[in-house]
Amino acid sequence: MSAHETIDTEVKTNDVVLFMKGTPDFPMCGFSGQVVQILNYLGVDYKGINVLDDEGIRSGIKEYSSWPTIPQLYVKGEFVGGCDIAREMFQAGELQQFFTEKGITVKQGA
Amino acid sequence: MSMQSLIETRLREALSPTSLSIIDESHLHAGHAGWREGGETHYRVEITAEAFSGQSRVARHRMVNAALAEAFDRGLHALAMKTHAPGE
Repeated sequence: MSAHETIDTEVKTNDVVLFMKGTPDFPMCGFSGQVVQILNYLGVDYKGINVLDDEGIRSGIKEYSSWPTIPQLYVKGEFVGGCDIAREMFQAGELQQFFTEKGITVKQGA
Repeated sequence: MSMQSLIETRLREALSPTSLSIIDESHLHAGHAGWREGGETHYRVEITAEAFSGQSRVARHRMVNAALAEAFDRGLHALAMKTHAPGE
């Protein structure tokens, strides 16, 4: 399977996917860590994919959504944004609302 | 051209910002993946531009990223950004 196919499969088969550096338990980058904190705070189930484990995915994910940086958050197959966007949406209460609209369970209210 | 000048020049050309601040935060990431000797890898940009009016956050970030394609090719590694339309 090509990197693009692997990415596409992950994005389409998991409700919430975070392409990140490191893992949710051990983020290797402050920007990835911020998104992990937000998702954990909201109590959303998500899959973290460590791009440092696979150079093909690391470069492929930048092309997949024409987005040059990592982390990248996907919900129900849709690209949501990187760290700044996730944080701005969270701070505005929009991220919680967005998850709810997408049918994703949020354990922590806005 | 330094990375800072490249970022500033490209953003001014592409977006005609009414306000623009560019901060080199590379030193904060010393030793971290993507950092390299000499810095110029991690930047924080705050930009206000009429071009952002009516645009979503993702669209605004895409406009900035597109303007800075050459900077990313030259080693820009991380770009934190705040985007505003006038009045926001």
